[in-house]
Parts: sequence; structure tokens; C-alpha cells
Amino acid sequence: MINPQTKLSAPILTVEHVAVHFGGLVAISDMNFEVHEGELVSLIGPNGAGKTTAFNVITGFQKPTQGNVTFRGTSLNGLKPHEVTRLGLVRTFQRTSVFEKISVFENVLIGLHRRTAASLFGTLLSLPKERSAEEALREQAWEILRLVGIEHEADELGGSLPYGDQRLLGVALALAASPRALLLDEPVSGMNASETARFVELLNKLRSKGTTIVLVEHDMPMVMGISDRIVVLNYGRIIANGTPSVIQNDPEVIKAYLGGGIKHA
Amino acid sequence: MKRYLPIIALLFFASVPLWLHDKYYLHTLVVAGIFMLAAMSLNLLLGYTGQLSLGHVAFFGIGAYTSALTSLGFSLSIFGYQITHEPWPPFIGVILGTAVAGLCGYLIGKLAFRVRGAYFVIVTVSFAEVVRLVALNWVELTNGPLALPGIPPLTLGFEWTGYMTFLSKAQNYYLVLAFIAFAYVVIKRLVYSPYGRAMIALRENETLAVSVGISVTRYLVLAAVFSGALAGLAGTLYAHYIQIIDPMIFMFLNTVTMVIMVITGGKGTLAGPVVGGLIFGIAPVILRNYVGPEVQWILYGVLMILIVYVLPDGIVPAIERWFNRPPTPAEKNGSSLALQTGKGRA
Ligand SMILES: Nc1ncnc2c1ncn2[C@@H]1O[C@H](COP(=O)(O)OP(=O)(O)OP(=O)(O)O)[C@@H](O)[C@H]1O
Ligand SMILES: [Mg+2]
Repeated sequence: MINPQTKLSAPILTVEHVAVHFGGLVAISDMNFEVHEGELVSLIGPNGAGKTTAFNVITGFQKPTQGNVTFRGTSLNGLKPHEVTRLGLVRTFQRTSVFEKISVFENVLIGLHRRTAASLFGTLLSLPKERSAEEALREQAWEILRLVGIEHEADELGGSLPYGDQRLLGVALALAASPRALLLDEPVSGMNASETARFVELLNKLRSKGTTIVLVEHDMPMVMGISDRIVVLNYGRIIANGTPSVIQNDPEVIKAYLGGGIKHA
Repeated sequence: MKRYLPIIALLFFASVPLWLHDKYYLHTLVVAGIFMLAAMSLNLLLGYTGQLSLGHVAFFGIGAYTSALTSLGFSLSIFGYQITHEPWPPFIGVILGTAVAGLCGYLIGKLAFRVRGAYFVIVTVSFAEVVRLVALNWVELTNGPLALPGIPPLTLGFEWTGYMTFLSKAQNYYLVLAFIAFAYVVIKRLVYSPYGRAMIALRENETLAVSVGISVTRYLVLAAVFSGALAGLAGTLYAHYIQIIDPMIFMFLNTVTMVIMVITGGKGTLAGPVVGGLIFGIAPVILRNYVGPEVQWILYGVLMILIVYVLPDGIVPAIERWFNRPPTPAEKNGSSLALQTGKGRA
């Protein structure tokens, strides 16, 4: 089932027997899957299938009713979201999420929080080391803005960007947090075709740098084109897990999508 | 121009005792300055992290009592043990008062920031009430309602420099001015650093902030420590200036005064509490010639509501916006934010 290219690398992210119940509602039941270093795995499924809930569990925003998530050998059980991020597992949000009243540049500086070398003592004394650390941070912020292609909007407020660019800023924030694995929740929803194409380019750049990516997306042509492997969720259960060509011909997947109705982008 | 404004303001205020000789006016400015300092400390929490400390006077009062007791000395018996503290120099009291208030900020932060928002307001209000009751009822230590009189004025210096005692109004004026400048620099360096950015990020969008690795408790507690310590510092200055303190220092109105100063001046701006502190520090003197204390408080309330109604972000952001016309997009929607892109620097 696993892509031959990635077969040999160790799993970086392991989801074992995870279940999430909201009262009587079973959002996820007995979920098991692995993501290997450098892989791009897409998590797809009809609306309400539990994709965002899975992201929430993996990144510590939602306690699972049962089960365990392991990232690079560390159990994430009971870790707070910021602790998960510090391990290098960073997510973006389905609903556009940027610091709206803060400039794009400062948004990215906030995202760079993990990379700051400033000590409190040095900050209060405004020591040269702290000032050069700040300078270095600003340089990195420019690099990230250029990477995602919104450097011309550095001075705009986050909330005043066009919708597609706000999505990109959300990704820039996550990239600033130095992800080893990046979880993207519907990053191209609301983007037009050319923006989506540019975003795919960005994903390819990230992959070539070795970033592991887990993608939740409804845009099937994109998912089929870019994924090493696809995990299909339906009503909180994994119904298929395999390469795009396997998934496309899986009778249960076809049935779920015809029954559930997929949004075509 | 904007860069030099704080320096110009500092020079102007430094000149005041040279032309203003009226003792009563100077006294007003000293007390206003002490409350301004307390308001600046409150602004760190309320303005930069968005957490409202409605018991902020507790830190102020703890600083005042700690410094007073350190410099007066005390004798206590606890569980049969006799504890006697000989008087220490007032400047050690100032340091201890600041430190103890900062420690209280740490404890309150640890306790309250697990659940934030309204819960923090309740914890801080209760904390202030508990501290007030302790000050009122632990008569052996605090003299209770009979007050702690005879607190020595602050003395600074070393054997080889000679000593200076802050007795006169003008001396105390400069002392307070120096501490305000000190606090201003500390707060400025903090809020424009990655530490301050983390606080502002938590205020603006906590979910997003934690997703990039910012620890909620770490940065809110850090803000509470600095906020508590600076409020405590203001309290120590108050104790050594007024030279007598009683549990009335913990009255809720003192917190309200600080909150009003911050909100009208502009929370989340460096100059906001300075401007608010001036207005509401001086207003009592002008008003007291015309009306009684109760009416005064009503007038402050009306004044605050008016200012906040006309300028919802406070005075300083409104002035900034006015000077920044025609607006760039960043300024058009910008409100009381510390963060600017720093176009020149970037
Ligand atoms: N906090 C919550 N409380 C109660 N129910 C929830 C909560 N979060 C999600 N759910 C429910 O869990 C199920 C899975 O939701 P989830 O958001 O994970 O779906 P999704 O696959 O991301 O869907 P979409 O494609 O629409 O984003 C849905 O039925 C949803 O209503
Ligand atoms: Mg979702």
C-alpha cells in the first residue's frame, strides 16, 4: 500500500487507535495510519468525515477519547498545542487564521517565535547580541514572505489581504514555526486555478527541502496529482489508504463519494 | 519626530520644578506620577496581553507595605516564635517591595492563567480583597486600621558618594520621574521584543499563537511578573513619599483610577498610560476647587465615558491616526497595536 519511494524511511508520525467522541457523536473511530519522513499524504473524505478533528487530535488541540499519536518517537499524549509545535509538528487552520490587525511582516515575526535567540535579560539591556538576533529574525521573515510570494504585501495588515493571500499568510506563519511535518487544512479552498497552481509549486519546493506534509483537501485533481499516498475517511473511519491510482479505483471510496457528495473544485 | 517625542517630554517634565514652585501642585504631580507608574504596569497586562487585572492595587499596596515594614522594622510572634526585624535602609525596602510584588504577580499568574478572561478578573479582585483584609486584621504586623506612620523617606548613596534623602517635593518629583523613565524603557524593550510579540499574539488570536509554539502561561505569567513588580515599585515610592500608609491603600477606587488612566490614554500603547495618568492625576486638583469628592468621581466617570465614546481606542491612538493622515492601509485599520512594520528598519 505504501509508495515504494518512501517504503524504506521510518514513520515520522503514527496515529494509533485514535477515537474522538463528542457526546454521542463519533467523529473518529479507531483511526490508524502512519506518515513517513518526506512523504506527502493527503487525508480526504466528505464534509464532516473527521479530517479537521484528526488534525486537532494530532496537534494537541483536541484530546482523543482514546488512542495515541507519536511524532518522531515521542508520544504526544497530553501535550499542549505549543509543545507539539515545538517538536516540529505544525498545522494550519481550515478557517482562515491570521493576526488580522497586525502587519503581514509582524505576523511572520510572530510565527518565527520558536527561532528567536533573544534572552530576557539581554532584551531588557538591549544588548548587541539581542539586536543582531532581531535583525536575523527579520531577514528570515523576508525569506519566508518571498518563499510564499507575498513579500510585496509585507506592510499590509493581515486582515486586509485578499482572501487567497490570507491563506498564504496562514501557511507562512506555519512555515515560520520551522515544521518538520506540516499539516495543511484545506489550504487552497477559495483559491482560483492560478493561485492553486502556484500553491502546488510551493508544496513541491517544501517537499524538495524534505518537509513532510499531511494535506486535507477537497480539490481532487490537486490531491491526485501531488500525493504520494491518500488516506480516505468516511464517517470517522478510514475506508482506504493507498496511492492515488489505487484510491481512484477503490469501490468503497467511489461509493462513499457518490453517496456523500464531494465538492469538486 | 515621533522617535524624539519621549525625550522631549522627559526634558519638559524635568524642567517643571524649575518654574513651578507651588508645593501643592508639585505634590499633585508626584502623586499623579506614582499612579501613572502603576497605570503603566497595568497597561502591560491589560493593553499588551488583554488580561484585565481588577485587583491591581494589591501589587501596589504589597509593594508599599513591604517597603514600609522593611524600613520600619517589626516584631512578631508566630506559633510562639519571636521574629524581630531591625529597620533596614529604605532603598532595600524599595527593592524588596518590587520583588515581592513581582513574586505575587507570578503566583497570581500561575493560578489564574490556566483559565483566562473573566476568571482572571475574579481572581485578581479576590486577591486584592484578601490582601486588604490581611492588612486590616494582622494588627501585630501592619498596625491594622491605625496605619503605619513614620515611614522614612528614601535615602540613596554610598559612604564614598555621600547620601541624599528624598525629602522635598522637587526631589521626590525627580525621583518619580526617573522611575517612570526607567519603567518606560523596560516596558518598551519588552513589548518590542519577541517576548512582547508573543504577548500581543496571545491577545490577538490565542489559538493561532499557540499553533506557532507560543506558550500561553509562560508569556502571560511573564507579563504578570513585570506588571506586578512595577506596580509594587510604584507602591514603594508612595509609601516613602507619603510616609504613612493604612489599609485604605487597597481600596478598589485606586484600581479603577489605574484602569481609567490606561483606557482613556490608550491601552496597548506606550504613551497611553502616561497621557491618561496626567489627565486623571491632575483633574482631581482642578476639580477639588469646585466640587466634593463624590461629585468628582461621578465627573471622572463621565469624562472617561465621553473619551471612550468619542475615541474608542483612547487618546494616543487617535492622535497617532490624526498625524498619520493620509492613511496607509496599515494605519487605516490599525488600532491600539504596539507592532508596526518598521518600514525604515526592515
Ligand atoms: N467541538 C466539536 N463538538 C461537537 N462536534 C464536533 C466538534 N468538532 C467537530 N464536530 C463534529 O465532528 C464531525 C467531524 O468534523 P470535522 O470538522 O472533523 O469534519 P471535516 O472532515 O473536517 O469536515 P469538512 O470537510 O467540512 O471540514 C462533524 O460531524 C462535526 O460536526
Ligand atoms: Mg474540516
